[in-house]
Amino acid sequence: MTPVQVWALLPLLIATAAIVATMLAIAIYRHHRFCASVTVVGMNLALLAVAYDIFFGGNTTVVVTGLMTIDAAARFGMGLILVTSLGVLTLCHAYFEGYKKNREEVYLLIGLGTLGALTLACATHAATLLVGIELLTLPMIGGVAYAMDERRSIEGGIKYLILSAAASAALFFGVALIYAQVGALDIEALSQALAVASLDQPLVLAGSAMMLAGLGFKLSLVPFHQWTPDVYEAAPTPITAFLATVSKLGVFVVVLRLFHYGASPVSPLILTSLVGLSMASMLVGSLLALRQNNLKRLLAYSSIAHFGYLTIVLVVPGDDALRAAGVYLATYLVTSLGVFGVMALVSSPMGERDAEHIDDYRGLFWRRPYLTSILTAMMLSLAGIPLTAGFIGKFAVIAAGVGDAQWLLVGGLIVSSAISIYYYLRVVAALFSAVAQGSERVTESLGWAQSFGGFMLLVAMIVMLFLGVYPQPLYLLSSQLALH
Amino acid sequence: MILVWLILIPFIGGLLSWQSERFSLRMPRWIALLTMLGVLVTSICLWATGDYSITGTGFAAVAGKAPTWTIEFQAQWIPSIGASIHLGLDGLSLMLVVLTNLIGVLAITCSWKEIERNVGFFHLNLLWNLGGVVGIFLALDMFLFFFFWEMMLVPMFFLIALWGHNIPGGKGRVYAAIKFFIFTQASGFLMLLSILAMVFLHQQATGKLSFDYHDLLNTPMSAQAEWWLMLGFFGAFAVKMPIVPFHTWLPDAHGQAPTAGSVDLAGILLKTAAYGLLRFGIPFFPHASAAFAPVAMWLGVLGVIYGAVVAFSQTDIKRFVAYTSISHMGFIVIGIYAGTEQALQGVVVQMIAHGLSAGALFILCGEIYERLHTRDITKMGGLWSRFPNLPPILLFFSAASLGLPGLGNFVGEFLILVGSFEAAPLVTIVAASGLILAAVYSLYLVQRALHGAPQPLPEGAHLNKQGKLKDLSKRELVMMMSLMALLLGLGLYPQLVIDTAHAPVQAVHAIYKAATATSAVAVTGAAP
Repeated sequence: MTPVQVWALLPLLIATAAIVATMLAIAIYRHHRFCASVTVVGMNLALLAVAYDIFFGGNTTVVVTGLMTIDAAARFGMGLILVTSLGVLTLCHAYFEGYKKNREEVYLLIGLGTLGALTLACATHAATLLVGIELLTLPMIGGVAYAMDERRSIEGGIKYLILSAAASAALFFGVALIYAQVGALDIEALSQALAVASLDQPLVLAGSAMMLAGLGFKLSLVPFHQWTPDVYEAAPTPITAFLATVSKLGVFVVVLRLFHYGASPVSPLILTSLVGLSMASMLVGSLLALRQNNLKRLLAYSSIAHFGYLTIVLVVPGDDALRAAGVYLATYLVTSLGVFGVMALVSSPMGERDAEHIDDYRGLFWRRPYLTSILTAMMLSLAGIPLTAGFIGKFAVIAAGVGDAQWLLVGGLIVSSAISIYYYLRVVAALFSAVAQGSERVTESLGWAQSFGGFMLLVAMIVMLFLGVYPQPLYLLSSQLALH
Repeated sequence: MILVWLILIPFIGGLLSWQSERFSLRMPRWIALLTMLGVLVTSICLWATGDYSITGTGFAAVAGKAPTWTIEFQAQWIPSIGASIHLGLDGLSLMLVVLTNLIGVLAITCSWKEIERNVGFFHLNLLWNLGGVVGIFLALDMFLFFFFWEMMLVPMFFLIALWGHNIPGGKGRVYAAIKFFIFTQASGFLMLLSILAMVFLHQQATGKLSFDYHDLLNTPMSAQAEWWLMLGFFGAFAVKMPIVPFHTWLPDAHGQAPTAGSVDLAGILLKTAAYGLLRFGIPFFPHASAAFAPVAMWLGVLGVIYGAVVAFSQTDIKRFVAYTSISHMGFIVIGIYAGTEQALQGVVVQMIAHGLSAGALFILCGEIYERLHTRDITKMGGLWSRFPNLPPILLFFSAASLGLPGLGNFVGEFLILVGSFEAAPLVTIVAASGLILAAVYSLYLVQRALHGAPQPLPEGAHLNKQGKLKDLSKRELVMMMSLMALLLGLGLYPQLVIDTAHAPVQAVHAIYKAATATSAVAVTGAAP
């Protein structure tokens, strides 16, 4: 391994070291803030390494054995993953501060999951794909079931364990079928197989279908979405945030490599099924979200719809679609982080149940004006209203769709987003509904951990509004995805 | 740069008045009022000093003319997608900007006593909404235009959802607010599709990715594409205008909105649709618009008659005014698609006159509600004996609404009908019956609400020592007097408005003439 390769792998190495350090820290000195700081510092260093490569390191493509390639797209993905993961870690700190049992291990789990996502971002071989996906999923099973003495939590953990194991099995069985036909396991060969999948190659076709099912599960696309609301509901809010952001992001980078970076375009059969998945996710996600009174379930369905929108960029060929994917992912991440962040802070310190019913948020404005303002802005961003980042993301996807004349998908997006306005605004209206008379401002006091989380949310909101008003830097950065 | 400030000042003023709530409850009102007065004076100064004989509207359709705007501003924004901050002012946008700022001042003044909760946040929303509307009137970049078009819905949503009324028997203010939002937002996305498709067509033809108005005007497109894209724009504007059958959000929104929200909605938000058609809808798609004109005009007639008939059967005074708005906006649709110079002049006058008269009527509704605690017309009756000043003022604005000569609305409707007659006689004849219906419903309102024996007072209302209800305060009287003066001025000397908006009106008319001439020869599609 040459120094160049080691240097390119540095973010992954630092993240790994950070995890080991966290583990040692827990063993030596069990202290919440200390262990959290170790992880956070490590992730920050990894982020620094990524940022250095992007901005000063020439952004070169480095192939590390046959398993990984660190290119511009991988760096873009890693950057997003690390930023989001840092946000989640901050939330964890605020949220678990009041937890009575061992609370330090959660950083270990999140660190491991992040490492899995980082691996996926660089994966160019089915073996790395396997390692990455399992590294991403397994710690999260622990995360979902973190509150071990609660029935709901355990139930969610087991559900996630069984279903995601089945999905991984399907994914890798699919890979194996394709391997039986083409005899290669690198992503390029897989993507080539996707390009030629047709009825007279039953093995490849069956393999592609199983891969789609497995990946669709990880991205919670309809009809592989059923786990999403239950697991989102059962998990502690910061873990939900991780599931909604980092874990989908990591998988999506691989999906982009599979469907976009191949030498030839994906075969029409696969494209048709992608269109089907996208339409179903957009419409079913939005329609099911309509009747939800539980905010976490509502957000789960809304994230299904959002990944339906994002699937449009898989159907559209070309670099503009990749750029749109980057823009959309970034805006979605900052927004989701904001929404779940507010939920985590409202729920913390962790109590019997998270604040997740819409009634818990009724009139929140009168109790927590700042958090409510942030949540409102984030909800509007999810709905895709101008001035917010969500609009820029949605705009990029629509533009990609219109550019390729995908009228069906674009039509589905518009119908779905019209429906979605109803449930987002319903939450917003609840936030401001009058519970008591009061023109006076009452702000509940915040502890150090809370105010740190609050600060992170404030930053998220500023970033979100900045991207909404001046998205040019994001567009430039997202062009990274097209450099491969 | 002055154009940027016209948009930014309301935004900044809104933030200031939001935060000033910490210090006192009066301060947000004063800051908001001063902000809007400031931009009103600025825009009037622009009117006094600028040369409004030029316009860039549809410049490409008129050969050999460079795009010229009285004031123009362009700055880089998102070069990656070809969007820039491009603003331009001509006679048409100036009139509407002045109207917006004027209505803004009125909306703040009329809610001086009505709004008591969250005064700061209320004014934040009101001012951001006004700023967004001014942005719509100035934007010359389609991305920017869409940005403002959608952005200003959010403050309006809050105005209705947070400070609205939950009238008994109604579905509630949150319902109305969400309905308003979904209708306008979803239809806005149709327009976004059209804009994007046009941008890509333009990029395919010229290789330049641009959202700029001047670039897109030259987009070559097939007749079929032009037709579909035109429908996308028309969809968005038809909902906002609103054209029957896309109007159902309007009565609900008006019914639940606070007075300032209604004034804002009727006074200027509806005008953004008419402006959009004049500035974008027709210049972008002249042939398709000309071909579509008969349909649009009949939809306008439907609006005129339907609005009038339904208004007649309303008992809630605010819903009544809302339906009369639908009726009046029908005339504007007819005028726009008639495309003759007189009709278009009428459209401009009618936009302003309706903004003033509907605004005034909604303010009066609010004042009546403050005193009587009901908006039910059947419970009013005999108000003439209970107030000295309010009834004659209501009579004045009802007369304006029915198109009494000497007032602005008469000039507008008369010009529209005269101008449309040569283009579409049958449409005009049927639409003219709307004037009679207007007289019927307006006089009916006056009769039911003002005359007759006084009804027993509704709960919550009480008489003062003289056995009368509390009359208009000085603030309210000044507001009403100035509106009456303006409406009278517009009716007696509309030339000022017609002259200012002459250049854009001419331009739109020329586009129409060219389009009908070429489409008579051959409908091949490529723009001349």
